[in-house]
Amino acid sequence: MSDLRELYQEVILDHYRKPRNFTVLRDATGEGVGHNPLCGDRVRVWVKIGDEGVIEDVAFQGEGCAISTASASLMTEAVKGKTVDEAEDLFARFQSMLTGDDGEHPDLGKLEALAGVREYPIRVKCATLAWHTLHAALARRAADAGTGGVVSTEMS
Amino acid sequence: MTIAIERRSKTRQPAPELDVERVRRDFPALEQTVNGKPLVYLDNAASAQKPRAVVDAVARAYVEGYANVHRGVHALSQQATAAYEGAREIGRRFLGAAEAREIVFVRGSTEAINLVAQSFVRPRLNRGDEILITHMEHHSNIVPWQMLCAARGARLKVVPIDDDGALDLGAYERLLGPRTAIVSLVHVSNALGTINPVRELVALARERGIPTLIDGAQAAPHTAIDVGRLGCDFYTISGHKVFGPTGIGLLYGRAELLASMPPYQGGGEMIRSVSFDRTEYAEPPHKFEAGTPHIVGAIGLGVALEYVESLGIDAIDAYEHELLAYATERLAALPRLRLIGTAGQKAAVVSFVVDGVHAHDVGTILDHEGVAVRAGHHCAQPVMERFGVAATTRASFAFYNTRDEVDRLVAGVERVLEVFS
Repeated sequence: MSDLRELYQEVILDHYRKPRNFTVLRDATGEGVGHNPLCGDRVRVWVKIGDEGVIEDVAFQGEGCAISTASASLMTEAVKGKTVDEAEDLFARFQSMLTGDDGEHPDLGKLEALAGVREYPIRVKCATLAWHTLHAALARRAADAGTGGVVSTEMS
Repeated sequence: MTIAIERRSKTRQPAPELDVERVRRDFPALEQTVNGKPLVYLDNAASAQKPRAVVDAVARAYVEGYANVHRGVHALSQQATAAYEGAREIGRRFLGAAEAREIVFVRGSTEAINLVAQSFVRPRLNRGDEILITHMEHHSNIVPWQMLCAARGARLKVVPIDDDGALDLGAYERLLGPRTAIVSLVHVSNALGTINPVRELVALARERGIPTLIDGAQAAPHTAIDVGRLGCDFYTISGHKVFGPTGIGLLYGRAELLASMPPYQGGGEMIRSVSFDRTEYAEPPHKFEAGTPHIVGAIGLGVALEYVESLGIDAIDAYEHELLAYATERLAALPRLRLIGTAGQKAAVVSFVVDGVHAHDVGTILDHEGVAVRAGHHCAQPVMERFGVAATTRASFAFYNTRDEVDRLVAGVERVLEVFS
């Protein structure tokens, strides 16, 4: 097994201690709620999508482990300014880095700090929870958020 | 509040001191390495490892003398029946019940509680009646009662616990009321380790004519159980937590109560005669064992209980008590660590939180060091909420754990503190 420091890299610890975009987004156009019933982690993600389909702002709140908190924080930095399609593509490549056959991760930038999670299959859900929740937020407009379900890591 | 700990006082030879190195050789699973390091298995409250005697007995039961029970006239069926009923007799002795017919084989404590909820309490439960549990229950002793309350318009009442994780005895007494249909409470808390003064608690309920169920899933591997002395009406244990197979457990029920209860499930094995007009049920315990039972599991459980008896519950108790004291002392000395569950009477369970570190990160780092612990809510979310934490890390010990393993745990937590400095 890889060294612990490959999992708990400095950038992860930094984003865990000081999560970025850790706030409520008042003028959000979409919102998602994610839950990992295995550990009780909950995360809420807000997005504000502009006319051009660009994610103008994104924020999250929640309580979780270092991996899930850092992943959410890094995610908000990565998708801000991207289009919805670009964000979804990033999600797909991020997932492939953690669970794909070859584990390749071209051009994921700071998100590559989470590559070590691949060695800890039980923790992959921690790293992807925020992304699943973002996916739900992008699909669901704020007006509908109250009626939407909760994204669970235990749903297929 | 000081309540004397329940101690086994049955007529038994004084147990010799526990020889942990010899005991460890009985558990092949303990010889593994995990992540390149010798396994330190401290997740016994979730499920215990199995002695070779149990593993061998299970294999042997499938190879020699295996057949269905209670029906064949042939030799193998008679052998299997004798082994199955022999395991029931061992269960009777282990729990201190008066008669073997008071011992029902179930899947585990969860099924036992559901059985009592549906067959004993449900027919007696009226709208507005109350079911009394405690704040330290496992979900398995919460949800069956919630379901029943919802179905019958009854109310679930909860005895609070204090900041150490001990039961509020004054509140317990006040909550025992004229509408209390049953008291169902845990003997030993899985999340906190608290040992409840069950004999006193049962006595208080009995004075008021209130039936009692004691969930002994966590007590069986650590503490003496004597249902006759406790005076409870029902007592449950799970085989896999007491070094036996999964999928098998025991429900003790007082004979006259079991006799008065309708069956839990219908099917074969639980009948005396069946026609399309009418079915006559078998007598307890078979009335509650519909279908082909977990024959081999029961045999394995019998061997597990005999194994525990062979070590001596007093020797186990004394050994684990010392181990718990050592683990508590060493962990409490670490910075940024808070123990959750500090009651005066405890089984060998240490739950803790590390300031600024989520339990799952603690669990991952300990696993990396070869130390297996549970990180999470331990199926006791109300306990987590009571202590204001989302999750804890829990090290739960068995008689095969050692002081060296406590040191490995502590070194692992020190590694956590270093990574999250």
